[in-house]
Amino acid sequence: MTTQPLDRTPSPSKPSISWKQWALPLSVGLIVVFCLAPALWQLLTSFKTNEAIAAIPTVYFPSEFTLEHYQELFERRPFFNYMLNSFVVATLSTVLALGLGSPAAYALARLRLQGESILVGAILVVTLFPPILLFLGLLNVVQALNLGNNYLSLILPYAAINLPLTILVMRSFFQQLPRDLEDSAKVDGYSTVGLLLNIVLPLTLPALATTGILAFITAWNEFIFALTFITAEPMKTIPVAASQLGGASIFEVPFGPIAAATVLGTLPLVLLVLFFQRQIIRGLTSGAVKG
Amino acid sequence: MTRTDPTPTIAPSETQQAMLELRHLNKTFSPSVVPVKDLSLSVKRGEFLTLLGPSGCGKSTVLRMIAGLEQPTKGQVLIQGEDVTHKPPGDRNISMVFQSYALYPHMTVADNIASALKLRKIPEEEVRQRLREVSHFLGLEALMERKPSKLSGGQRQRVAVARALVRRPSVFLLDEPLSNLDALLRENVRAELKQLFESQQAPVVYVTHDQTEAMTLSTKVAVLNDGNLQQLDAPHQIYAEPANQFVAGFVGSPQMNFLTLPCEAGAARLGDRSFPLPPPLSHARQVILGIRPEHVRRAQPGDTYTFEGKIFLVENLGMHYLVSVHIQATQQTTYTLRLLLPSDATWEGDSLQIALPPETIHWFDAETGSAVRQ
Ligand SMILES: Nc1ncnc2c1ncn2[C@@H]1O[C@H](COP(=O)(O)OP(=O)(O)OP(=O)(O)O)[C@@H](O)[C@H]1O
Ligand SMILES: [Mg+2]
Repeated sequence: MTTQPLDRTPSPSKPSISWKQWALPLSVGLIVVFCLAPALWQLLTSFKTNEAIAAIPTVYFPSEFTLEHYQELFERRPFFNYMLNSFVVATLSTVLALGLGSPAAYALARLRLQGESILVGAILVVTLFPPILLFLGLLNVVQALNLGNNYLSLILPYAAINLPLTILVMRSFFQQLPRDLEDSAKVDGYSTVGLLLNIVLPLTLPALATTGILAFITAWNEFIFALTFITAEPMKTIPVAASQLGGASIFEVPFGPIAAATVLGTLPLVLLVLFFQRQIIRGLTSGAVKG
Repeated sequence: MTRTDPTPTIAPSETQQAMLELRHLNKTFSPSVVPVKDLSLSVKRGEFLTLLGPSGCGKSTVLRMIAGLEQPTKGQVLIQGEDVTHKPPGDRNISMVFQSYALYPHMTVADNIASALKLRKIPEEEVRQRLREVSHFLGLEALMERKPSKLSGGQRQRVAVARALVRRPSVFLLDEPLSNLDALLRENVRAELKQLFESQQAPVVYVTHDQTEAMTLSTKVAVLNDGNLQQLDAPHQIYAEPANQFVAGFVGSPQMNFLTLPCEAGAARLGDRSFPLPPPLSHARQVILGIRPEHVRRAQPGDTYTFEGKIFLVENLGMHYLVSVHIQATQQTTYTLRLLLPSDATWEGDSLQIALPPETIHWFDAETGSAVRQ
């Protein structure tokens, strides 16, 4: 065996370093494409002309963009109305869920209640039921209360479905909010209401934004209840309206308008998340106590 | 630094009135958790009272009851002679510094300090005036518009103190305000706090488990253990005349040596020497001898109570050596004793002639633990 001096000059290929250089961007790119491809495909279709949509082979980079599908939605159908319906229902149900859930969560986090763990367990169990199980029962309730074709028939169930998750998330948030802060506010002379509004609420905004957005998305996307409880055309929500888009004949599938409806249905959610992004990410509690 | 005195001057006749009084205070969380059993004490104007005790002994609970954040199960809290036991914290005219500082993270330093004043509808001009005074006093001027998250630990601590000072309360309450600072900063801030509160008229109740803080800051120390007041005295008395074995062991570092000695005929025996006991202990069968490591000496000619110690551990504390020795009392019994030797001390081999000066010895009843004096 011959002993050789250690070769310290780098080998030409440098396999380990270049591997790391391309592996991360590549996998990130692949994951992004994998997640976004269907959405991007819908976006593209909504801007393509009908000929380009129908063309074989598939047109990936159309030479011509059109707004005709969007025009159709707004001019030949009351699509703005549908969006407004969805917005009203989702917003009110979210406000209701947060308005009822946050005080409940605060009570569960701060008061030493008897049977607290049983209560929390029961709330957790409720989240385990798929909403579809409640559907028939709810239908009876809606009929009995004569709530059909009334926004309340959607707002109340959506709020109820979102309530358990809201309570659980907000409770764990309140639990990690330092108790000293509230004690300090009491010593400063805040009343209970003043304390909740001036100290607890501002610190709770990130959590409220996060749970609120989740509740809003659930309500915005819900389909079965909206399909069944609302039959009056002008009161329909976006998911139902989009599913009922039809062509001139049953043999014609209006791919373009459907894609445009999908984009319009998603856009508000994207904007919402972008708008609240800073709230969600910002750790408002940092600096409250020694960190 | 110029000192402005935020509290109005007090007529001399008022100085003797107790600003804060606790009467038979008891807090029972559950039958097995009784952190405060029966506590009575009073604090006068200008006094600095420290509640000292091991972790979990109920110090914070006492403070929270004074603040009104916790309702006592029994007993009363009086501030300036007025029974405030059932008043909410905001109506008690006390201010409190929390261990975690508890600054409002969404408010600037200025708003943090001023929020209590604004709630009390103090005129805006005066609020600004007081803010200026206190920020100048504590050197916070440059930080007033920052949020707490943009402050260092020491700066947050100052803001918390400023928030308490600006209120000009009847009583200051501080719950371990230094425990989140690193050792060096703690020493500086401790000295600052001492000067700062010496210039205040309102009394301070200060909670700590750090005996150095208690000894350096206080005019009075209340040692608590197990929900009971063990001793309430000036710091030097707590050190020189501990009321019982717990206080003697808790205060002083390194800890006092305790030797359980057999007695006969009114004298305690250690090896071949016997110590005359104070009269109340003359019929005891056992007694506890306590002596602080700094009082144990190397034997000099003329010392009566001298023993031979076998060195088994030497710890260098910088200024001193902490030397642990065994004393062979009889065939069966050896005692362990620790003593401090100056850092320039030298010795040969592992044996040391040591002396126990009788005037520095504390005697404790072996059954009750309470101190018995000559
Ligand atoms: N709200 C509460 N419910 C039940 N037990 C409590 C409550 N608050 C405190 N305790 C108990 O009371 C005892 C004393 O607590 P406290 O906080 O007064 O101790 P402490 O002397 O301040 O200790 P430390 O030095 O660690 O802060 C502890 O055993 C604690 O578990
Ligand atoms: Mg404590």
